Amino acid sequence: MKPVTAELAKSFGLNAEEYAKVLTIMGRTPSFTELGIFSVMWSEHCSYKSSRVWLKTLPTKAPWVIHGPGENAGVIDIGEGLAAIFKMESHNHPSFIEPYQGAATGVGGILRDVFTMGARPIANLNALRFGDPKLPVTKRVVDGVVRGIGGYGNCVGVPTVGGEVNFHPAYNGNPLVNAMTVGIAAQDKIFLSAAAGIGNPVVYVGSKTGRDGIHGATMASTEFDANSAEKRPTVQVGDPFTEKLLIEACLELMQTDAIVAIQDMGAAGLTSSSVEMAGKGGVGIELNLDNVPQRETGMSAYEMMLSESQERMLLVLKPERSEMARAIIEKWDLDYAIIGKITDTGRIVITHKGVVEADIELAPLSDEAPLYHRPYTSAAKPAPLGATHDPVGFEAALLKLMACPDIASRRWIFDQYDSTVGGQTVKRPAQADAAIVRLEGTNRALAITTDCTPRYCAADAEAGGAQAVAEAWRNITATGALPLAVTDNMNFGNPEKPEIMGQFVDAIQGMAAACTALDFPVVSGNVSLYNETEGKGILPTPAIGAVGVIEDASLATGLAIAPGQQLILIGDTKGALGQSLWLREILGREDGAPPEVNLLSERENGDFVREHILNGAVQACHDLSDGGLAIALVEMALAGDTGLTLHPSPEHIPAHAYWFGEDQARYVLAVSNPTAILTAAHAAGIPARHIGHTGGDSLTLTGGNPISLATLRDAHEGFFPAWFA
Amino acid sequence: MLQTGILIFPGINRERDMAIAVEQSFGKAPKLIWHKETDLTGLDLVIIPGGFSFGDYLRCGAMAAQSPVMQAVKTHAARGGYVLGVCNGFQILTEAGLLPGALLRNAGLRFLSMDTMLSVERNDTIFTAHYQKGQVFRAPLAHGDGNYTADPATLDRLEGEGLVAFRYAPGAGGAESQNYNRNGSARAIAGIYSPNHRILGLMPHPEDLVDPLMGGTDGKPLFDSLAAA
Repeated sequence: MKPVTAELAKSFGLNAEEYAKVLTIMGRTPSFTELGIFSVMWSEHCSYKSSRVWLKTLPTKAPWVIHGPGENAGVIDIGEGLAAIFKMESHNHPSFIEPYQGAATGVGGILRDVFTMGARPIANLNALRFGDPKLPVTKRVVDGVVRGIGGYGNCVGVPTVGGEVNFHPAYNGNPLVNAMTVGIAAQDKIFLSAAAGIGNPVVYVGSKTGRDGIHGATMASTEFDANSAEKRPTVQVGDPFTEKLLIEACLELMQTDAIVAIQDMGAAGLTSSSVEMAGKGGVGIELNLDNVPQRETGMSAYEMMLSESQERMLLVLKPERSEMARAIIEKWDLDYAIIGKITDTGRIVITHKGVVEADIELAPLSDEAPLYHRPYTSAAKPAPLGATHDPVGFEAALLKLMACPDIASRRWIFDQYDSTVGGQTVKRPAQADAAIVRLEGTNRALAITTDCTPRYCAADAEAGGAQAVAEAWRNITATGALPLAVTDNMNFGNPEKPEIMGQFVDAIQGMAAACTALDFPVVSGNVSLYNETEGKGILPTPAIGAVGVIEDASLATGLAIAPGQQLILIGDTKGALGQSLWLREILGREDGAPPEVNLLSERENGDFVREHILNGAVQACHDLSDGGLAIALVEMALAGDTGLTLHPSPEHIPAHAYWFGEDQARYVLAVSNPTAILTAAHAAGIPARHIGHTGGDSLTLTGGNPISLATLRDAHEGFFPAWFA
Repeated sequence: MLQTGILIFPGINRERDMAIAVEQSFGKAPKLIWHKETDLTGLDLVIIPGGFSFGDYLRCGAMAAQSPVMQAVKTHAARGGYVLGVCNGFQILTEAGLLPGALLRNAGLRFLSMDTMLSVERNDTIFTAHYQKGQVFRAPLAHGDGNYTADPATLDRLEGEGLVAFRYAPGAGGAESQNYNRNGSARAIAGIYSPNHRILGLMPHPEDLVDPLMGGTDGKPLFDSLAAA
């Protein structure tokens, strides 16, 4: 084992100043294991040292928030004594190095964050960003990530019900895999991680510990270079079967009164779980690593403390219940080992083979963790896009956009994810703006979505951050559900660069404004920084996962139109083409300002739409986003296998800007009584226009040639199957 | 009313869906039976639900087929008891030798999660009395290994003796028609009976389509048929 020096500390990811702090706290040179513990606890991944000061500015409270940030996942009241527990988390770095296992263990990790709090997971979603589809590496990564998500989620029996996918060359060397899990628990059966009870046993449950994933948290806190493939051994390997056993065993144990505290072993494994549990409880903890179930021989204390082997949990139990707990865990063929106890020392003491390998005071390990007020510079706001000329016309643009990678049907992906297991999936992928999953045994359902438009964030991170929150809120609203809270997954480049830190700060400020205006608090989240390869950062990507509730699941509204309906456009259309997909796909330009986010209009228009969905006046609803009005209408037509006839564009807007502009706060409604809706909108001051009606088997612009649904469907469905043919 | 039990192997994950479907038609919750049980006396119908028993890290269903409870299932079958195996349950039944053939990796080698159409080959069994013969109904698929195969003589015998329960059907041209026999099953076979028609194994999930809210009730007649028995 190497001697502990400042140089070794640097190779562990601690800079000189941080190492000096370690020396002060310890009052001596730390042991190799102690240095390992400091380095992972103080890694960006675990300590949020660059982001914490800004995350604190997000609104996190509301009467329905039971637990906000700080727990393993956020917890909100969804009525009938139930709580939704949810979080989104990134597994970006591992997914580039080893796409299948990186994505699979991302799903496994976020599931554990949720069921460790007592929730049965009922839905998974994933927000994915990949590089240029023309590159062979992108195809390999997409294939591996999709197989990995499916391989894990399908096996554990949690339906994968939604998500999003974008492509952009900025992700060529740094794809993003953000996985979200939503679970349900009784409000009086929520489990927390704060350890308590001096002398209580500390129990290890789950898979055995191996040498996989050592220093994974540190790897996730650095940039990539040409040698990143050498980091493959830091990627963990997932075992969804064991995870399934762990879910059932934990939920069974949670029906008893045995558990005092519980936490999954995620990033930084045994180190972070034991340090956080003892730290939150204000107690000490003693671990004897001789008793840790091991799958390899000769593991050192350092290796065991830093291993990120998957499917493991750490529990503090009531001593008199430990044998009953053992029986439940062993019934599920999982390892159960008492590896330590809670003490009153305020220290973590690690013993291995009779030697004290680490002895650290807990308070300074967390309280004196580095906290950086990184310098930041905000980019200048982009100039608005000037007038554009349409070189191709409506039909050619429509077909090109329907087929482009960012809009093309994701069927090839979600056909590989089990979306129906559990028997509660009311709206499956692509059937509605948000997935709808009923709460078993009730009439209630959750609406769940993930959203972010990274190209908007790249142009104006503040507007983009606000837009991501607003679109998530809108997607839930478009199903008739009431949006309740969000989880954020902040994916950015190197925060030590002021312009990257500026993106982060601006995005947070935009998100905070939107969350406040929409009563949509942030209850959990994750930050992934250093998403750079060879010095080039990704597009700033603050992915938003959101949850809403609808009391009567039968009122949940989808996209599918049927013949004989009238189409109403809600919201103001100015024809915003800056940063639009039309601009990129038709003119090859990525410039201009992103569409304005008017939070007041979002709120008013959304509340109007939701009210009329819940009145039963709306047969189908779709929010307007990528590709604008024309794309939304075609998606509704394809979902319902029903054509539509549309009025011409109004005279004050160029036709291409009307059909493909991405103005926010808009919805298309399919209704049977347009007069009633238009009258109500007028009375409420909500912009609304009658734009056409449904029927037939083609899209027809008044005065134009019909475009058959078959042609549109072929364009829309073609991209992924052709790519992977 | 058939006394009904659902077997729970480690890694099974559609037991809740199945229990909901059974309870909805039967008016009574089925028993849940742990895989280490060795006595199924008193049960009329044993259901093996879908999932990934033992992770399916060996051939799908191969480990579960060796579980203690499967000896009891064989005894139950030998005395004329009813058995329904869906998805992983079907795979387990073939691995246990209670139904012929095997389920290979899907053609295309990818997991398939989608609705497909099934045709009812006969409606004079305890499982299908509430369907019409030849009726085409919708059912979700969710499997990686549903490609039914057997040697030609076995396939001929299954067809000749009326032991094909369901076949994948082309459907009426909707989205489901694209999903016709996507797993590549021999002769588009989706489900088969034992010679006495008391054991049924099928890959699709009728239990996930028993509620209009989830998109339809096409799977409900199967459970109504059993409830009426």
